[in-house]
Amino acid sequence: MAQQQYDVIVVGSGAGGGMATYQLANAGLSVALVEAGDYYDPADEAQRTQLRWPWESPRRGASTRRRPFGDYNSCIGGWELDGEPYTNKDDTDFMWWRARMLGGRTNHWGRIALRFGPLDFHRRDIDGLGDNWPIGYEDVKPYYDRLDRLVGVYGSNEGLPNDPDGFFLPAPKPRLHELYYIDAARSLGVPVIPARKSILTKRINDERGVCFYCSQCSRACGIHADFSSSTVLIYPALRGGRVDLYSNAMVREVTTDDQGLATGVAYIDKETGQDAELRGRSVVLAASACSSARILLNSRSARHAQGLGNSNDHVGRYLHDSTGASRAAFIPELIDREIYNEDGTSGMHVYTPWWLEDQNLDFPRGYHLEIGGGMGMPSYGFGFAANQYNAFLGERVGGYGNGLRDDIRRFYGSRLSIACRGESIAQYDNRCELDPTVVDEWGIPVLRFDYHWTEHEINQARHMQDSMEALLEAAGGTVLGNKPGADQDYGLTKPGEIIHEVGTTRMGDDPATSVTNSFGQLHDARNVFVADGGTFVSQADKNPTWTILALAWRQADYLVEQMQQRNI
Amino acid sequence: MDRRAYLQSLFLAPLAGSLIASSARAQDASTIDWTRLPSSYSYGRTEAEKQTDAELFAESYFREHELLTIAVLCDIILPGDHPNGGALDAGLPDFVEFMVKDRQQYKLPVRGGIAWLDNYALDNYGADFIHIEESQRLAICDAIAYPDVDTPELQPGIAFFSLMRNLTLTGYYTTEAGIRDLGYVGNRPNVWDGVPEAVLQKHGKQYDTEWLNKCVDQSRREITAEWDDDGNLIS
Ligand SMILES: Cc1cc2nc3c(=O)[nH]c(=O)nc-3n(C[C@H](O)[C@H](O)[C@H](O)COP(=O)(O)OP(=O)(O)OC[C@H]3O[C@@H](n4cnc5c(N)ncnc54)[C@H](O)[C@@H]3O)c2cc1C
Ligand code: SF4
Repeated sequence: MAQQQYDVIVVGSGAGGGMATYQLANAGLSVALVEAGDYYDPADEAQRTQLRWPWESPRRGASTRRRPFGDYNSCIGGWELDGEPYTNKDDTDFMWWRARMLGGRTNHWGRIALRFGPLDFHRRDIDGLGDNWPIGYEDVKPYYDRLDRLVGVYGSNEGLPNDPDGFFLPAPKPRLHELYYIDAARSLGVPVIPARKSILTKRINDERGVCFYCSQCSRACGIHADFSSSTVLIYPALRGGRVDLYSNAMVREVTTDDQGLATGVAYIDKETGQDAELRGRSVVLAASACSSARILLNSRSARHAQGLGNSNDHVGRYLHDSTGASRAAFIPELIDREIYNEDGTSGMHVYTPWWLEDQNLDFPRGYHLEIGGGMGMPSYGFGFAANQYNAFLGERVGGYGNGLRDDIRRFYGSRLSIACRGESIAQYDNRCELDPTVVDEWGIPVLRFDYHWTEHEINQARHMQDSMEALLEAAGGTVLGNKPGADQDYGLTKPGEIIHEVGTTRMGDDPATSVTNSFGQLHDARNVFVADGGTFVSQADKNPTWTILALAWRQADYLVEQMQQRNI
Repeated sequence: MDRRAYLQSLFLAPLAGSLIASSARAQDASTIDWTRLPSSYSYGRTEAEKQTDAELFAESYFREHELLTIAVLCDIILPGDHPNGGALDAGLPDFVEFMVKDRQQYKLPVRGGIAWLDNYALDNYGADFIHIEESQRLAICDAIAYPDVDTPELQPGIAFFSLMRNLTLTGYYTTEAGIRDLGYVGNRPNVWDGVPEAVLQKHGKQYDTEWLNKCVDQSRREITAEWDDDGNLIS
């Protein structure tokens, strides 16, 4: 069958792939969107988990191997995928979260949408570690500005030097436990501001609804009031008629010609198990940082013997994730509180951006604080250790009978928690590469991870623990559990665990030390682009997705221009 | 789907878990009965998940005697003499059975825990836990319901009772009756507009004007957002 040649083949439908598809199709290009997972729509009754009661699940929302963040989480994927293993080298313990569905991980992401600041693009100038980006905040700012208005994000203009202002929707009011946090932070001179989340607290167009405060964005929103790549970018792009969606299509490699340029992709149709090919003038990889690196490494040819874009052995290197640590406290003043509906928007309404930029600390780079607590909907696990806080009140823990009902009610919503998310230093030796022997169910070599934290991240985690303890105590809290010490790396999360992995195809002006140019275009093949977090040189303490989206838009503008100029 | 149609479609869905009042604290444990929970559910599952759940429901793990013991324990932990019903009304034995099959790590502790309980009852009162007097059962529970008891030979029983209490409470508070008992009033469309004034006062908290100025004016939420060139919201 004679096959159409697309202007662009986009691989992966998460943040980067969704934005690429939307912008390229709007610019009039023909696009094939190739996604390894199935079609997904949170408003489809057969897939809906939003607004379900706990008893609609036999396990009451408990996690499963297939839904590690709970039975109602809108993730098809997780830490383990049937038929798609990955491996760790030596004592590496990298955790790799993958989604297999239209929209990728943006179906269940936390919607925390933070811009990078001016300093975040040239950290090497400041502390001598890692590398600078080849671009600065001023290059990305116009795209952040457009992104805010196209997709929507609530927050507030604060005039902070490294947490830039934007075009924000108004913030939701803080909940009671957040007021406790605000007072605590202020008493210690720690800044606290409204959260910044991609949730519509106000209408932005006629297609999407306005948040009705169910706190369930992790289940994906049926009225599309939160950002998912599928609901906000891909459905409209599909309606435009210039996009063909290939779902359940697992890309094996990018195919190339004698000149080393891409001719399209080879994929496996998961429904039939058959190999198939698509032809395109250009290819945009957005399969997530590690998956895109894997596709490149598996795209070997005479011209690209070590894999496409890998002539300098940089694909897969500089892999880095955010650091993390968390702590919680029992707030006695919240005992026996009034019960009312405080679901609010999903997750936090307030947060603390990094506040010690100019201090002399024993670690580089910063972290921010995410605040949790409140009277959430019970699901599996609620009522475990029902009256453990009795221990703090000199009362007996345990027992049975109707008195337990009073305990449950009494302590409901009396917890305040903090989670830190920090910047790590990208390392040449932290990487993913092809495992020499292991393949997935389609025979495609899988990734092997080799990743170790350095003293920078460990020292940072110690500082996180001190900050969290001080803040929780200032809120009147009794901090729960033991403070993790040096033997536990101060509670530092495992590499990959925060699910912000980036850096595997980093951008740069020097083709010897980077994989793509500043537009995510491969140095080794000018019609191949990377639109996910792979191109990050460093990731700031800001969650990556808002920057992935802005860079993908910037790249799309460049790609269209390059095509118009016949350079591709 | 627009918001209205979407929300309507949600509330047409029947709510499972209605109550059939059954036994209060059973006198004769062998006749104990409880509300049966459904054995098939529909809540946005993939084909693979449907199959796994069907397999779990088809699996039988507990013996009759074990299930009855679980039921008696659930009933002691959360009795039925309460306006919102107890563990048996809420179908807890079925829930515990499902969770133990779903979470392999519970299988042995629950089976072994029941056996420990029976041994203990036999040694002290001459019969299985469910076949001794109610007062004797409660005496055993008094001995194992509190983790601060450090008698070495009671430790397995204490660990088992804690597990059963966790499963019973989590099972109960995730039913309609439990949600009512707790008073949770969310999981429905609404408009969050801050902590009620009386609650603020009780806790000595307040919203300062500077912060409130950054917050959504809920009367204007349906007006499409517009900004000036500096990012100030003007609509
Ligand atoms: C629980 C959770 C919470 C998070 N919270 C936040 C947050 O609050 N803020 C934030 O900024 N970030 C957050 N993240 C991270 C965020 O989800 C990711 O940064 C973002 O989704 C990355 O987008 P991406 O373009 O890499 O694509 P992804 O979303 O990773 O999607 C990649 C897609 O590519 C497909 N694919 C992979 N391989 C192939 C192949 N070979 N062929 C075809 N298709 C393929 C996959 O099936 C998938 O659908 C969170 C993530 C998780 C899991
Ligand atoms: S909190 Fe708002 S945006 Fe999130 S799922 Fe609920 S209604 Fe949708």
